[in-house]
Amino acid sequence: MTAPVTPLSPAGLAYVSAPIRAKVSSDDRILAITTIIIVGALVLGVALPLYALLAKGFQSADGQFIGLANYRTYFSTPALFDSIGNSVVVTLITTLIAVPLAFLFAYGLTRTCIPGKSLFKGIALIPILMPSLLPAISLVYLFGTQGLAKGLLIGESIYGPVGIVLGELFYVFPHALTILLIALSTSDARLYEAAESLGASKTRIFFTVTLPAARYGLISAFFIVFTLVITDFGVPKVIGGKYNVLATDVYKQVIGRHDFEMGAVVSMILLAPAVLAFFADRIAERRQSAALSARAVPYEPRPKRGRDAFFLVFCGLIGLAILSVLAVAAYASWIKLWPYNLTFTNYHYQFDLRDGGGWASYRNSLVMSAWTAVIGTAIVFVGAYLVEKSRAFRTGRALLQFLAMMPMAVPGLVLGLAFVFFFNAPNNPLNGLYHTMAILVINTIVHFYTVAHLTAVTALKQLDAEFESVSASLKVPVYKTFWRVSVPVCMPAALDISMYLFVNAMTTVSAVVFLYAPHTALASVAVLNMDDSGELASAAAMGMMIVYTSAAVRVLHMLLTRGVLARASAWRKR
Amino acid sequence: MTAAEGQKGATRAPYLSIRGLTKLFGKFTALRDLSLDVHEGDFVCFLGPSGCGKTTLLRAIAGLDIQTAGTVVQAGRDISALPPAERDFGIVFQSYALFPNLTVRKNVAYGLDSRRGNRAETARRVNELLNLVGLTDHDNKYPAQLSGGQQQRVALARALATSPGMLLLDEPLSALDAKVRVHLRREIKALQEKLGVTTIMVTHDQEEALTMADQIVVMNQGVIEQVGTPEDIYGHPATPFIADFVGSMNFLEGVSAEDGSVRVGPVAFAAGGMLPPGAAVRVCIRPEDVTVRGVSAGETNAFAVRVGAIEFLGSFWRVTLKSEGDSFELKADFSTNLVRDLDLRVGARIVVAVPPERILVFAGDRTKP
Repeated sequence: MTAPVTPLSPAGLAYVSAPIRAKVSSDDRILAITTIIIVGALVLGVALPLYALLAKGFQSADGQFIGLANYRTYFSTPALFDSIGNSVVVTLITTLIAVPLAFLFAYGLTRTCIPGKSLFKGIALIPILMPSLLPAISLVYLFGTQGLAKGLLIGESIYGPVGIVLGELFYVFPHALTILLIALSTSDARLYEAAESLGASKTRIFFTVTLPAARYGLISAFFIVFTLVITDFGVPKVIGGKYNVLATDVYKQVIGRHDFEMGAVVSMILLAPAVLAFFADRIAERRQSAALSARAVPYEPRPKRGRDAFFLVFCGLIGLAILSVLAVAAYASWIKLWPYNLTFTNYHYQFDLRDGGGWASYRNSLVMSAWTAVIGTAIVFVGAYLVEKSRAFRTGRALLQFLAMMPMAVPGLVLGLAFVFFFNAPNNPLNGLYHTMAILVINTIVHFYTVAHLTAVTALKQLDAEFESVSASLKVPVYKTFWRVSVPVCMPAALDISMYLFVNAMTTVSAVVFLYAPHTALASVAVLNMDDSGELASAAAMGMMIVYTSAAVRVLHMLLTRGVLARASAWRKR
Repeated sequence: MTAAEGQKGATRAPYLSIRGLTKLFGKFTALRDLSLDVHEGDFVCFLGPSGCGKTTLLRAIAGLDIQTAGTVVQAGRDISALPPAERDFGIVFQSYALFPNLTVRKNVAYGLDSRRGNRAETARRVNELLNLVGLTDHDNKYPAQLSGGQQQRVALARALATSPGMLLLDEPLSALDAKVRVHLRREIKALQEKLGVTTIMVTHDQEEALTMADQIVVMNQGVIEQVGTPEDIYGHPATPFIADFVGSMNFLEGVSAEDGSVRVGPVAFAAGGMLPPGAAVRVCIRPEDVTVRGVSAGETNAFAVRVGAIEFLGSFWRVTLKSEGDSFELKADFSTNLVRDLDLRVGARIVVAVPPERILVFAGDRTKP
């Protein structure tokens, strides 16, 4: 059996004379072509529209290049320029209130022994299911001119900065909470044991162990909340009154004054803090993951009466506030006239009797959300697979990753306006898409691409890196292994992505507000329009329709996930 | 290797022939101008410390990470630039990379399905393979329901299903616990002999290489240090690196003398090698080659020592011996019997010897391992 294996004498270093040019396999060709297609789609859906927006800011109304003239006008018009200060003020105030509140709430859920944690968490996440217009509408009912609790404002008007801050608090709370829950739930019990055994006081432990571990989570939450608030359009639109902020300015310039060039300028100014926050958040996140060790032991809180009582009351109050905002909107939508005539009626749900799009807009929203969920999940998943698993066409993959991260830094209003400039340009061959359902779907997929992409990448990272190698050695084409192995194993993540896309497509208003046509009006836009025309109860009713639908989809998602996991329980069991 | 074996080998064309293989990762040279022949039916182990390039070499042979330069010829076909799917091999990874959502049966059949063989034929082949690896009763289980050893065998069956010309194993046993590992070593080797498939296994575990391989390729820092049978590698290591890496070894610094012997402290060792007198040398002695029984002072390579320390290692004792005047220390492995019979204790004075043919001498200026 044994025959000798002969080593040849090593010759100097003159051996790289004839480098091998690897033959491209059919798998690599398929992957490279798919990469090109998705990169092309993202260039059309993100890069080129943003370029069109950027260019518009340097043009006059008739399309001539006029350099910085628009920007000069902007900065020399106090009515416009003041909005920057207003935006920064309300955003900072909201952020400085929302992050500590969310931190305490997350602390209560992770580090204390209060009962009903999952109930509290469920309640705290409710605002995700509503368009940001809805908490603002509830606030109008509560604190507006006919508000029940108007007295609490001691003479201040809800229409203005107070209302914006309050409304935004509801809107951003679940987002901040999600980040901080992750930051607080991943800390190491061994550090606490060590600190206690060294005799450190509770306060000292909090400042030397708890806070440092959650530091990057706090930073991340800060930037996410800051971006969400400064770019949000729904709350200030409903409750901002005469208090101008950047987001409403974009809308006013474009929809109210048809000054597209000035709209582009304000968009670029709105883009700046979002981009800054995006990079700061990426840096924070990289540090956070590096700080976690794989051997960390999860922390188990022990009962402690005083602390637990405090957090039960605190979480209870926050939960109550969120529930009342929801309940007020729901109640107002089912009674004749708040607060004078409290008889039950479905009058406000007869949307066809009102302007704004009628029931058709709700059906449009369902159709748009379903398409977004289905097509979006497919594209996002294939794109993430290429980034994570393919070894072909390195440049293309790097470009794909970059383009996939870009939408995160682009506020919805900015993206919507960018779509207008790009797709509505008369010389664009894709011009036919303008005012169709398709452009709404494309826009919404792009708008929410990044989070979906990151979810898919995380799921794919958990698959064995050698599946593709094994499959190639067995001469099974890569698309077959993708379909037979990668997709089924990542099914829970795919369901998460589709639910995320569906709910966001239902609730979003900022990007699509520039893109709908009369026959493609959406439910969230209808809320906006009905509020605009004074039909507050109908606006609340349509907002509630969105909440009912999102909630139903969440339940459906939960059932589906359970079904998938049950079917897969055999192979997932360890 | 003997002359007869060498001639036999020379008359056969190698199954796998690697020439001038170089792999660069940026500025780092992972493989440096390697050449190697592997004969049909052989079980070859690539052995070396982590980072020596053994996995890189295996991945180049598989086409998973194609080399920067150099050729790979398999069964007369130049496969240097071909992608993995156009080569002829089966592979088992350290992680096994079993498809978690497919049953054992479907995992094994994975490469068969795609070739549109008819169903009955596929089923027959899968049964044959499951029988071969002893997993017939587990065919409808999922990988997560199997033990590590069973998963490993599924991966092996899947790799062999398409009857590849060559089997590549990348550290296939390192994820298993010690007992299962020893058991599977024997099983894989028996399977390989039964099927006669040319096999290359990457390992950092010398025991694995010594017990399983027909030929061991010892690698270090991107080059091949020695190729030979396990006996060759262990008994006649070509370099101090191999002497140190394979088995345990005493390294003693000495000087060569006029009569061909080497002098270490007060002791003159008669050894096989011929080095110019006065040269600095490194004398290598395996702990198990130190003899005590029947040794008397005055005979060849006998010298007096004092027992410095005794360490119990289960089946044998490792004893540290100090030479007269403490000029050198020598580790020796003594059987439990011997230690009991001689009643060895720390401080005892004994006479030991090392057979001249068991002593290896390297030039002293070589870099230390």
